[in-house]
Amino acid sequence: MTNEYAIEAKGLVKVFGDQRAVDGVDLSIPKGMVYGFLGPNGAGKTTTIRMLATLLQPDGGEAHIFDHDIVSEAGKVRERISLTGQYASIDEDLTGVENLVILSKLAGYSRKEAKERAKELLVAFGLGEAAKKQVKNYSGGMRRRIDIAASLISTPDLLFLDEPTTGLDPRSRNQVWEIVRTLVKAGTTVLLTTQYLEEADQLADRIAVINHGKIIAEGTSRELKASVGAGTLHVQLENSDHQEKAMAILQEKLQTPIHSLPEGGSLSAQVGNASLVAKALGDLTNENIPVSDFSLGKPSLDEVFLTLTGEKTEEKEEKK
Amino acid sequence: MSQPNVIKEEQLRQAITSRKRPERPSALTTSLTFSSRALLRIKHVPEQLFDVTVFPIIFLLMFTYLFGGAIAGSTSEYLQFLLPGILVMTVSQITMYTGIDLNNDIRKGIFDRFRTLPIWLPSALVGALLVDMIRYSGASIIMLTLGFILGFRPEGGFLGVIGAIGMILIFCFCLSWVWTTLGIIMRSEKSLMMVSFMVLFPLTFVSNVFVDPQTLPSWLEGFVDVNPISLLVDAVRGFMHGNVTVEAIGWVFLSSAVFLIIFAPLTMYLYRNKK
Ligand SMILES: Nc1ncnc2c1ncn2[C@@H]1O[C@H](COP(=O)(O)OP(=O)(O)O)[C@@H](O)[C@H]1O
Ligand SMILES: [Mg+2]
Repeated sequence: MTNEYAIEAKGLVKVFGDQRAVDGVDLSIPKGMVYGFLGPNGAGKTTTIRMLATLLQPDGGEAHIFDHDIVSEAGKVRERISLTGQYASIDEDLTGVENLVILSKLAGYSRKEAKERAKELLVAFGLGEAAKKQVKNYSGGMRRRIDIAASLISTPDLLFLDEPTTGLDPRSRNQVWEIVRTLVKAGTTVLLTTQYLEEADQLADRIAVINHGKIIAEGTSRELKASVGAGTLHVQLENSDHQEKAMAILQEKLQTPIHSLPEGGSLSAQVGNASLVAKALGDLTNENIPVSDFSLGKPSLDEVFLTLTGEKTEEKEEKK
Repeated sequence: MSQPNVIKEEQLRQAITSRKRPERPSALTTSLTFSSRALLRIKHVPEQLFDVTVFPIIFLLMFTYLFGGAIAGSTSEYLQFLLPGILVMTVSQITMYTGIDLNNDIRKGIFDRFRTLPIWLPSALVGALLVDMIRYSGASIIMLTLGFILGFRPEGGFLGVIGAIGMILIFCFCLSWVWTTLGIIMRSEKSLMMVSFMVLFPLTFVSNVFVDPQTLPSWLEGFVDVNPISLLVDAVRGFMHGNVTVEAIGWVFLSSAVFLIIFAPLTMYLYRNKK
């Protein structure tokens, strides 16, 4: 019987010294979906991915990729997966095309086919012009793309993307998202990690929020947001005399405590459901309370964590 | 050509959804592919040839003229005795760069990708070592050519020289696995260099490269006699002077085999299970 899961893990543990970097992670990720790991720096995302990609041996628990054990059947697992790590794993001293030709040959292409394959990928990834430049001269976005292209020489059934857009400008980020969407349409399962709620929201069908090596919440982006709320509403009144009345109206419509900020006529509230906001603002207008400015901030990762764990995300320095 | 930096959806879709999966390449193919990678790296970073070109020349000139006059009284006479030893010393010191290259590749994350490929795992290391063989041969040829210009005349003739280089290559291939082991274990290039020197200096200097061991105190002579570098120098001198013994060759094979049997599997174990 064929299994519907691309990844199944039970109680995965990895210990570094006395630190439990991954502390009992369970996963069941169906084939064909984009699954997002959302968590701050040091949460254990990379370590989990490295175990699943057969680069690290777990200290506890077990995991299967397409029914193959990641430890005892590592070779079989490697035939189905690709990894684009957090840090580019491309040889900077070589040119783009040289890098891809080498990897194509390692994938089993003949010398001639390898050249064609490398060319095809470079052009498709918008790197045709840069093919003959050394990778050290590439921009951050170009590096990311060639790194991902390198993972797709033979289309994998499962692709791991570790923070694929961290540090990229919005345009490059959109290009990476485009690549992921195209890949998934073609049937590849993607496990990606990110520190951005928006990215997980845009790309992932399901999200696991991970902190201190543990999954602290799991679900679709809608489910997670429902538990966190739609974000923070800020309203600036034209006239601070209306403040009290406005607070009462918002309080009633939004069903949530309204805070007034020290500068007069400035209100804010944590909103559970974005659709209530339009109605509440409409009511202010109906009551002749002019609003000079308003904004609905998306919930940040910090807010997600604050809600889920009651603790702030720690500011950790990136360690390599 | 297409506009730079623009991704066309249709092209992208085609390129990444061709589910073509070629046959798994053989161990030989993948090893040679890694060799071609090492050659490309030399092409782009030619400075890395410094160690196999400039070192041998400096070493030979330095030891011939600095010590040749002082120790043996005549440089050309001393050269007959010295060159085979210096050759062994230089090339076996160069082997340590194998570990440094590997260490760099690992720290830069390049090996993470190789390690997730369904290929014969040792090919990454074997391929690099094959190119190192070329580097070691190059260093030997440069040194011998210079030696010849300075007056070195091997009595063993051309075949003797070939035999000597063969001995060196076999030994250095096996010795290199010590450095690959260290290259994986050590976290920084600095600490790796330090440990490598700590191993290499006693091995190469406390040997029969410069002096006849019989002139040494007996405890030191004991070490020099079993030092694998001394064994190699014996065989290389034998080949060059045309009086090599089967015993000397046997010792080189034995010490090489010991290095290989211990350190090649150890390297692969660490490579596979790197934290
Ligand atoms: N090789 C290692 N040795 C020691 N500690 C490590 C190692 N790799 C990661 N860690 C630690 O494990 C924790 C999880 O790291 P990581 O998985 O990289 O988190 P993330 O990818 O979510 O930022 C961090 O505290 C990190 O410092
Ligand atoms: Mg990480």
